[in-house]
Amino acid sequence: MSIMDMPLTELTWRLASREITSVEVTRAFMAQEDSIGAFITRCDDALLQAERADRLRAEGDAHPLCGVPVAVKDNICTAGVRTSCASRMLENFVPPYNATAWQRMQQAGCVLLGKTNMDEFGMGSSTENSAFCVTRNPHNTGHVPGGSSGGSAAAVAAGLAPAALGSDTGGSVRQPAAFCGVVGMKPTYGTVSRYGLVAFASSLDTIGPVTSTVADNAMILDVLAGADPLDATSARREHLPMAGQISQGVKGLVIGIPAELLAEGVSADVRHAVESAAHALEAQGARVEEISLPHAQQALPAYYVLSSAEASSNLARYDGVRYGRRAKEYDDLDDLYVRSRSEGFGEEVKRRILLGTYALSAGYYDAYYKTAQQVRQLVKQDFHVAFTRCDALLSPVAATGAWRFGEKTDPTEMYMSDLHTVPASLAGIPALSVPFGKDSRGLPLGVQLMGRPFEERLLYRIGHVLEVIQHG
Amino acid sequence: MAEWKMIDGYEMIIGLEVHVELKTRTKIFCSCSTTYGAAPNTQCCPVCMGYPGTLPVLNGEVVHYAALAGLALGCDIALYSKQDRKNYFYPDLPKAYQISQFDLPLCLGGGLDVEMPAGVKHIGITRIHIEEDAGKLIHDERGTLIDCNRCGVPLIEIVSEPDIRTPQEAAAYLRKLRTVILYTGVSDCRMNEGSLRCDVNLSIRKPGEPLGTRTEMKNLNSFQSVQRAIEAEYIRQVEAVRRGEAILQETRRFDQATGLTYAMRRKENAHDYRYFPEPDLPPLVLTSEQIGAWRSELPALPDERKAAYVRDYGLTSYAAEQISSSKVVADWFEEAAASTHAVKTLVNLMTTEVFRLMAADDELIPMSALHLAKIADMLQEGEINGGTAKRTIAALWLHDEDPSAFVERSGLKQINDVAELTLLVRRAIDENPAMVEKYRKGKETMKKALMGAAMGLCGGRANPVKLQRLMDQALDN
Repeated sequence: MSIMDMPLTELTWRLASREITSVEVTRAFMAQEDSIGAFITRCDDALLQAERADRLRAEGDAHPLCGVPVAVKDNICTAGVRTSCASRMLENFVPPYNATAWQRMQQAGCVLLGKTNMDEFGMGSSTENSAFCVTRNPHNTGHVPGGSSGGSAAAVAAGLAPAALGSDTGGSVRQPAAFCGVVGMKPTYGTVSRYGLVAFASSLDTIGPVTSTVADNAMILDVLAGADPLDATSARREHLPMAGQISQGVKGLVIGIPAELLAEGVSADVRHAVESAAHALEAQGARVEEISLPHAQQALPAYYVLSSAEASSNLARYDGVRYGRRAKEYDDLDDLYVRSRSEGFGEEVKRRILLGTYALSAGYYDAYYKTAQQVRQLVKQDFHVAFTRCDALLSPVAATGAWRFGEKTDPTEMYMSDLHTVPASLAGIPALSVPFGKDSRGLPLGVQLMGRPFEERLLYRIGHVLEVIQHG
Repeated sequence: MAEWKMIDGYEMIIGLEVHVELKTRTKIFCSCSTTYGAAPNTQCCPVCMGYPGTLPVLNGEVVHYAALAGLALGCDIALYSKQDRKNYFYPDLPKAYQISQFDLPLCLGGGLDVEMPAGVKHIGITRIHIEEDAGKLIHDERGTLIDCNRCGVPLIEIVSEPDIRTPQEAAAYLRKLRTVILYTGVSDCRMNEGSLRCDVNLSIRKPGEPLGTRTEMKNLNSFQSVQRAIEAEYIRQVEAVRRGEAILQETRRFDQATGLTYAMRRKENAHDYRYFPEPDLPPLVLTSEQIGAWRSELPALPDERKAAYVRDYGLTSYAAEQISSSKVVADWFEEAAASTHAVKTLVNLMTTEVFRLMAADDELIPMSALHLAKIADMLQEGEINGGTAKRTIAALWLHDEDPSAFVERSGLKQINDVAELTLLVRRAIDENPAMVEKYRKGKETMKKALMGAAMGLCGGRANPVKLQRLMDQALDN
């Protein structure tokens, strides 16, 4: 097995037993040509980092992940390494600080391979909204990788990195993971610190791992999870390690399938994948029930109102005054703002800022923002009720597999593709995307597992069963 | 300042919004220092400069301090409150929103009683909320520069009810507010350093009529400019209404030089702040126990102390008000009063000599309270006279020491010995025959002059009562 094909569990074991070194692993990944456009930035100093990791390991007492090279989405701040959010606005922005998530990985000894492509500021579902490059689906380069963490998912799928960090606001880890045939976790809101994750929608943003196996995913989340004094919304609770604790099977578990998420619009391939997964879990001793999330359909418009409202405020700081893009010529202060922002932001980002500004405006706040908050409460309540009966829920990640470039051009059609992922985002619950089945074009599909707050481990357990069924 | 006069029967309706900087050691959402006067941009970090991905974390001391101010001003402290974003673009606001509190502030209700010539007036306080300060813009020949040191310095905004009816009431309210907050120790309230700033909302109406449209004047930085701005804006509104013009709801700027108010650019008046709950910060939840513990930290407040001084020490209301209006002075006075039996004498020295020296010395008292108590005792016991007491206080103000040591060393001890005093009277009469002559011819004031001569002979140390008696005997018998 080549280094590029090794799951993390294998790689870490070989690093620990000194069979291979971080320098060897890192060199192997750096030697790979990025023909699919997964990266915005590749780190020239990766081998130096790897040497450091090898020294650390030689001194003993190293973290299991010490020396493992990873890719990081370009909206997660990495000290000294450009963090652009795939935006002209931050084209040359080099943060002087690390995001807590990356800080923890760096402390564990991980090596930064580079920063991955994404939809600008996380706004999109295909990575087509990057200001810099196109990322192609490694399974078929005529298809999108999904988004917004398309670069991270494609990098792992293409063997350009053994693992990556993505961010998920309304499905941005889960959907590209499904499209690229890799495992993506959106943890419970508050499990992973948001400090240093460039904010899109603060009440929804999460950081999650993208990996090739479920066990790998748990290993990374173990490093990321935990309270952070720099993030007031991070959960003040102890995180119990999950790696190695996910193979107890599904016997006796009750798994619900929300009828609303298998309704009209879901492709036959996807429906088939979810039904096959359900049968497989039943065969392993789980009980599968159809359940209802009555407000799941309203979750989508509520999500777009709330996430855009927060984005309009979060992105207001990019005004050309202190850092980031500043227009070369301007007449006065207002002109400086208008020109810098007009030049710096792409079309989709502008659309969301306008949408969000409108939703918060005097006279419209109650009709949009307030109503959306109420819907959010109802969605949470729906899940709460569902989880009194079920241990976890099973659904599609998206209505279809990866679509072709240019296939979706209408923004609302693009928004509709988030229908299955936004309910878990609004409720703040964990949701895992696991590869399962293929579409009629031979592209990978995924299924989504949703669980009670802070029950990521249970999702990994179920996901592991599905993985074993698929690959034997 | 002359008492304000109503024009044409229009009364003014004034509400004040006062911003007070809290003197917590660190900023409201990061650990940068709040010290005033540091070199520009030396007290800021990615968080208070709004760098991408950074997050605010609320400094618990800010809530503590704000609650202390609220409790001292008679407010209810909310068990549940939240923070909100107030969105607007300005170069001194790095995140392009200010984290403030909108519909659920930390403190609600409350008020202050202010002493006016016509009697005590109650001015209600609507609410107090916590928020972050913005940076400072410096305009010079290089252009406009930004100093982020003040970004994220914690503020409380104290919003009064529209209970104020005259510029004098506004000033009295501000003075009292400052006094009470200084008592709590949560702010320095230095207007010149911007740690206390005042916005004025003003409208006019005929008594009994509905409220008129109000205008707002922002960032007035002295009690005097608050009063002047109120007078100018009142006159402007009355004149506009008399001309049949409508008052526009707008923000106006008070110009110190012309003494007039001017409308700000329309654009600056077109703000829709798009408030919404701050998603980066969880709601602020307090317990009654916590609030009770904070309440017990409060010192005795000025109204309470004033009443006690009148009741326990027999002070006049005026003297009690003067002493209680500063916590430092009141604490000092109480320390002195507790160690002397000559409280009346002490109060006299306090309200004359000590206040005079303080006024010239930035409200500082460099001498020990116990020393003033001793001076009062010595004066009462006749060991020194009033003049010596004054001289001693002035000397100790510059170099504090035991007053009896100073009196002894300076030879200022009062002369009480009758033989010595008689000798002084004798010498004064012998050396001033012309005065004695005039006195005998009926010029009464000459006795005073001879007293002065006798005092002069001993450096003012004679017991004045005894000296007078001996002088009377010598001249009139």
